[in-house]
Amino acid sequence: MTTSYLSKGALSAGVGLTIYAGLTYMLTNYGFRFDIGWFLLSISPYQWALIGIALAVSLSVLGAALGIFATGVSILGGGVKAPRIRTKNLISIIMCEAVAIYGLIMGIVISGSITSFMTTKPEELALKYRAGYKLFGAGLTVGLCNLFCGVCVGLVGSGAALADAQNSSLFVRILIIEIFASAIGLFGLIVSILQSNGANMSD
Amino acid sequence: MKEDLVFNLDHGYAEGLCRGFRSGILKSTDYHNLVQCETLEDLRLHLQSTDYGNFLSNESNPLTVNVIDDRLREKIVQEFQHLRNISYEPLSTFLDYITYAYMIDNIVLLITGTLHQRAIGDLLPRCHPLGSFEQLGAITVADTPAQLYTAVLVDTPLAPYFIDCISEHDLDELNVEIIRSTLYKAYLEDFYNFCKSLGGVTAEVMCEILAFEADRRAFMITINSFDTGLTQDDRAKLYPTCGHLHPDGLQELRRTDNYEGVRDVASRYPQYKVLFDGSGTNTGDKTIEDRFFEHEVKLNMNAFLRQFHFGIFYAYLKLKEQENRNIIWIAECISQKHRARIDNYIPIF
Repeated sequence: MTTSYLSKGALSAGVGLTIYAGLTYMLTNYGFRFDIGWFLLSISPYQWALIGIALAVSLSVLGAALGIFATGVSILGGGVKAPRIRTKNLISIIMCEAVAIYGLIMGIVISGSITSFMTTKPEELALKYRAGYKLFGAGLTVGLCNLFCGVCVGLVGSGAALADAQNSSLFVRILIIEIFASAIGLFGLIVSILQSNGANMSD
Repeated sequence: MKEDLVFNLDHGYAEGLCRGFRSGILKSTDYHNLVQCETLEDLRLHLQSTDYGNFLSNESNPLTVNVIDDRLREKIVQEFQHLRNISYEPLSTFLDYITYAYMIDNIVLLITGTLHQRAIGDLLPRCHPLGSFEQLGAITVADTPAQLYTAVLVDTPLAPYFIDCISEHDLDELNVEIIRSTLYKAYLEDFYNFCKSLGGVTAEVMCEILAFEADRRAFMITINSFDTGLTQDDRAKLYPTCGHLHPDGLQELRRTDNYEGVRDVASRYPQYKVLFDGSGTNTGDKTIEDRFFEHEVKLNMNAFLRQFHFGIFYAYLKLKEQENRNIIWIAECISQKHRARIDNYIPIF
């Protein structure tokens, strides 16, 4: 890791100040002020659920975009001297695009569970908070899985385009690797649906 | 690993294009067809069916080997300049480094030509186009290396390489060769350090290729200096230090006096032992230069086995140059009707 002295210095100063502040609170009997439970309770479950939707869509789209870019430029470059690869390699782009669609689907599924509630009873409020956390988890799962899946499919697709330009029998074999790569995005989708199942916010 | 993720953002198109160019390199079947040609017209016909296409179609009859050489060089210069034009940093700096070697050759060509009283108008067309820079024509006015530096080279990218060469001696035949070797040594070490600073796969691939180039120069300088007046210490100042031979092998090479001594030094390094064992100085054996060319071709071919690095651009240029040398060798054998050694080209595929 090539970090400069400035960034190392800033990081150490930050860590030092945090330790100092924490010790001050603890040793002066004001430790109760550092209340994680209060912090979590004061964030509304809507906040968690909607951030979940944002992560689901944005990270999936980021993964798909990186993948499509990586594959697209290789198809362009390889297609100059070997024009026959242009149409066949669009399959790689479609597989990257599928990753973004998973994110879209989960975004819609999660937003379907968000409804308003009026109750103030703690035992029912607990269920609303649970729903918020479940939707956040679902969004984070599908977002991160699709991010890595999209990048992976894109890099393999880039290799497939260049190999196809040299030797057309290689394309189908590398496509099998891409199919395995896009399966991991599907895993994220499945787990995310299981997580968001039963997240009921209505009274 | 993270440079694999972002390599395609800036350099993906250039890499795809370079690999496309590489697939046009002549294969062994093409060479079989070329060695069976009877005349240069047959050669032109066979080249039309390869990636070269109609590059010779506008030439008037009779076709000469010099014309073929010029057209081949023009084609490779065009491809390289296109790659340079579409590249981003740091690829553009990398490609610029490759052109410095040709600048050094051009400078030495012009100085030698001036010493032999040739006109500047004759010499400039013979310069390699990849190594041209604005002050190229002004080289002929200088008499000593110091003048050359202060008047011409101080604004060019070659300025830092010239520090070791500045002296008040006049430029004459032997000095010019020493200047060439000193410039090339400084250039090679600078290029090696640049590739190392790029890191990743580029550093792995390029440093191996450049280390071999440094060792090859050390061997060739030693072998070629045996009957000249070059002292051992002067010779040692010309050895590039970025190869595998540094520091022990270079010390040994400094003290050798004959070809057997060089062979002994090489036998301590397994990769060079193999090269020297397969060669000899009798007629009918492969010379050591041929073995070095073969090894270079092998290293350049291996560069294409990995993706997401800059080594393929360097390797492509060197392979195309080797292919040009092969075609010119075959063309010379055909035009002089001396077909005994026509198979002595270096096969690439």
